[in-house]
Amino acid sequence: MTPARPAHRRAPFALLLPALLGLAFLVLPLVGLLIRAPWSDLPAQLTSPEVWEALRLSLVCATAATALSLVLGVPLAWLLARTEFPGRRLVRALVTLPLVLPPVVGGVALLLLLGRNGIAGRWLDSAFGITLPFHTSGVVLAEAFVAMPFLVISVEGALRAADPRYEEAAATLGASRLTAFRRVTLPLIAPGIAAGSVLAWARALGEFGATITFAGNFPGQTQTMPLAVYLAMESDPEAAIALSLVLLAVSITVLAGLRGRWMSGP
Amino acid sequence: MSSSLDARLVVERTSHATRSGFRLDLELRAAPGEVIALLGPNGAGKSTALRALAGLLPLTDGHLRLDGVTLEDPGTSVHTPAEERPVGVVFQDYLLFPHLSALDNVAFGPRCRGLGRRASREAALPWLKRMGLAEHAQARPGALSGGQAQRVALARALAVHPRLLLLDEPLAALDARTRLDVRAQLRRHLREFEAVAVLVTHDPLDAMVLADRLVVIEDGREVQSGTPAEIARHPRTDYIARLVGLNLYQGTATGHTVTLPDGGPVLTTTEDLTGPAFVAFPPAAVTLHRTRPDSSARNVWQLEVAGLDLHGDQVRVDLTGPLPMAADLTPAAAAELDLAPGSLVWAAVKATQTHAYPA
Repeated sequence: MTPARPAHRRAPFALLLPALLGLAFLVLPLVGLLIRAPWSDLPAQLTSPEVWEALRLSLVCATAATALSLVLGVPLAWLLARTEFPGRRLVRALVTLPLVLPPVVGGVALLLLLGRNGIAGRWLDSAFGITLPFHTSGVVLAEAFVAMPFLVISVEGALRAADPRYEEAAATLGASRLTAFRRVTLPLIAPGIAAGSVLAWARALGEFGATITFAGNFPGQTQTMPLAVYLAMESDPEAAIALSLVLLAVSITVLAGLRGRWMSGP
Repeated sequence: MSSSLDARLVVERTSHATRSGFRLDLELRAAPGEVIALLGPNGAGKSTALRALAGLLPLTDGHLRLDGVTLEDPGTSVHTPAEERPVGVVFQDYLLFPHLSALDNVAFGPRCRGLGRRASREAALPWLKRMGLAEHAQARPGALSGGQAQRVALARALAVHPRLLLLDEPLAALDARTRLDVRAQLRRHLREFEAVAVLVTHDPLDAMVLADRLVVIEDGREVQSGTPAEIARHPRTDYIARLVGLNLYQGTATGHTVTLPDGGPVLTTTEDLTGPAFVAFPPAAVTLHRTRPDSSARNVWQLEVAGLDLHGDQVRVDLTGPLPMAADLTPAAAAELDLAPGSLVWAAVKATQTHAYPA
């Protein structure tokens, strides 16, 4: 006799009801978005120059923020996963702090450091004439600040799962630590880096709080899609719905890509 | 004897978890072309010694010299990092890079030593050919059998022209059938290797077949070293007597017989083989008699007792003559036979108790 599989047994009502309510709570707002979408006006809404400007800026800034996160985050993840130094646990906690920090607080903190009167910003301004806040580069910084921890955590996990003895094998073949990292470790953790990049990119694309605080809301300069949606809700709700649909479509595409990546990954 | 390898490996480790310490203190010397096997139980420090030789684990004390060059000496703070040592390593589970083809795995070392992509592949291909793997050059490690992966790992280690080749349990990951083939092949490649090879194993048969000299270690220390035959006939501890309880001979097989070189004795075996072969039987398989036994055993020789050692509840008898061997018998049997150094006895081994395999 084969034991009954759990699927064949009836789920208790006390669990089933809240589960279905939870599902509805997550899905229904998105359904509402689709129902209320001004489908007939949609082509006109989406081809307006303002929408394209915001979409282009969002994609460019999210991609740049992901690139910045990769350049700084992958080495940081390597440091956390592969080296021992005093205070490593503290450093790891600090790296993950932006994950739980309200993004607005991140924006304020960035202003205090890099603002025109900030600790480092004043010096950047006087010495190099570089002004980061309320500029497109400020958007990239604000998004990277919020998104990079996702990448670091993902890559660190991949590094911990990868066998460090491959690096030893590379060393016995004459590879320096950097060569071993580049030619052995990076290819081994490529799926983890890809997954982390997609997560970071998606997070950067939706960033609102830190961006509006640090970079402001100037159309064509710092006004990304989430900012445009928020602004449009005040004046032109139909435009806000159209913009939201675009972001929803991008998110679903990312999710589909991510699942494919995770399923095909080793 | 001019030593190519001259090392005293001292590694001290304290485990914070168990609050226990481990100390390896091992002297190793080897001439060019010599194959040394480190043999011992798990946790004896074999792998620690290998990692120290490779430069993956720093020495606490002692020294490591290879071809007269000091690679490590904590006394004078000399420490050559692993990537700068002329050392090749075959790891226990091979650690072939899964994202690279067999050819690129072998080319990895030459590439790290400054060759370009094409030149390093050209340098790698002959090694794969030598291992009989030319047609698998483009295969990823995941598509190779255990024996093939082992040979790629050996080719990869040899492609950097090491002056010291280290093998960590080279046959442990293979199933019993593949193991015999790969062991015979590995033996040939080690014979051709002109520098020093050190292999770590817990399998006495692997050690005796592959190595010129065994170093038995326990608790981080050498307890005995010598040729396989020396150790089998004069084990210094009970542990070694049990561990290296094997008489091993090399000869030429024709059907069910193996003839030892230089007109030596002929052994009858159950296996049907042709060409170079090994014959092995445990000391417990030998029976001793005062007069020529009238039994079915065809492997009968008159030998002279060279020595007797009591190990646990067994007496190990060292026998010399046409076929030197070790025999184990009970103290009662030894007393009954009135064995003493110099006495002549008949030694018999049944064919079914022998094991022959290709060399």
